[in-house]
Amino acid sequence: MKPSIPLSASDLAIAAALVVLDGALSVALGLGLHRQLAVAAGRMVLQLLLIGLVLRAVFALASPPVTLLVVLVMVAVAAREVAARPEQRLTNYGNYTIGASAVAAATLLTSILALTTALRPSPWYDPRYAIPLAGIVLGNVLNAASLALDALLGAVVRERAAIEAQLALGAAIGTSMRGLVRSAVRRGLLPIINQMSAAGVVTLPGIMTGQILAGLDPMEAVKYQILLMFLLAGGSGLGAVAAVLLAARRLTDARHRLRLDRLVSGRG
Amino acid sequence: MTPRLRLKGLRSAIAGPFDLDVAAGECVAVVGPSGSGKSLLLRLIADLDPGEGEAFLDGRPRAGFPAPAWRRRVAYAAAEPGWWAEGVAAHFSDLAAAKALVGELGIASNLLDGTVRRLSTGERQRLALVRTLLAEPDVLLLDEPTAALDSDSVTRTERLLRQWLASGVAIVLVTHDTALASRLGDRKFAMRDRRLAPA
Repeated sequence: MKPSIPLSASDLAIAAALVVLDGALSVALGLGLHRQLAVAAGRMVLQLLLIGLVLRAVFALASPPVTLLVVLVMVAVAAREVAARPEQRLTNYGNYTIGASAVAAATLLTSILALTTALRPSPWYDPRYAIPLAGIVLGNVLNAASLALDALLGAVVRERAAIEAQLALGAAIGTSMRGLVRSAVRRGLLPIINQMSAAGVVTLPGIMTGQILAGLDPMEAVKYQILLMFLLAGGSGLGAVAAVLLAARRLTDARHRLRLDRLVSGRG
Repeated sequence: MTPRLRLKGLRSAIAGPFDLDVAAGECVAVVGPSGSGKSLLLRLIADLDPGEGEAFLDGRPRAGFPAPAWRRRVAYAAAEPGWWAEGVAAHFSDLAAAKALVGELGIASNLLDGTVRRLSTGERQRLALVRTLLAEPDVLLLDEPTAALDSDSVTRTERLLRQWLASGVAIVLVTHDTALASRLGDRKFAMRDRRLAPA
């Protein structure tokens, strides 16, 4: 499929002039951002060109094991992001195992559901569909799971006295943590709710914009966007709930204790 | 006679081992400087920190109780009590009973209708004691119960605790206030290097 208006290198160079303009502004206003800006723009171009080459090769191969491998690498990178964001860390690489399980489960479930029902490419694991879909779901699941995990880990440390006061009065650990678990999941779901509310009114979602620019009929682009939003909402919910419940399990034990000894503060 | 509370080799990674018998109606006072492990002892008895060894209530081993049931009968009141809702009333299982007890401690009962944020440290401490007493525990584990109180409130709190002792409750009291420990404690121990020594 060719886009209706192909882009040439000179087209991109003209757009790059805008980044140069940003750099000039940074120098003129003393923002001290021009170096960072140049590095970020350079990284973006390199990373995207690289992933373009990789995707082209993987699409041409159309080999299920290679597709799976690519998806797993993406999941691993996302899990690392989920694990790294909270200021509090669970011992025994808890953040990593929780990040990986939550992200993998939520992404695979929603992506496979979409590939086997709504999209149905043949075969359903065709990398041209599976990889971009897993990628966009992953990005949102990552965001939801890391926000939710960060919210829960921060809350148990902050609210330790409140949790233990309830335990000391004979409450079950589940009862004592319920409010914090709820608000952590809620925190994880806020971005996708905002995204859905603003879609089409405040923002034209990126996927849809890209498809329209590439020449697709707006109504077809809209249908794809709606499908994706539903997938992202489902994935975010699953990811946030999984991350929070897994973390809550690690932070408690069978004797209804709050195990903050399984948490270390700070980065590293 | 079976002691109300018995500790046998109770220890955590950083405190103990503790061996102690407390009879019904007896108050054991543990004194020691901050950081000596007094609070750790109480948390260990309440099963809030993991550890080894065993604790018994009226001869029944702790392992035989579900943890929440044990904590309802062997109740721990922390030095800095936690609050899990904005309103004061949400922290009390029985508001009518709470109002009666609150009066005995010299607190205006309309404080129960307010918010936790507006309570003074001393009011928080006494209200936390009240919510602990409402469950009618068999053993009270009290961590600095009078630290933030004026002398009148201390007297009222001591009077209330004596009534509970008379009714057969056992108390383990930890404090850095040796005078309080002498007044209320039937026996006194010192916490040294996270172990108990006779005082």
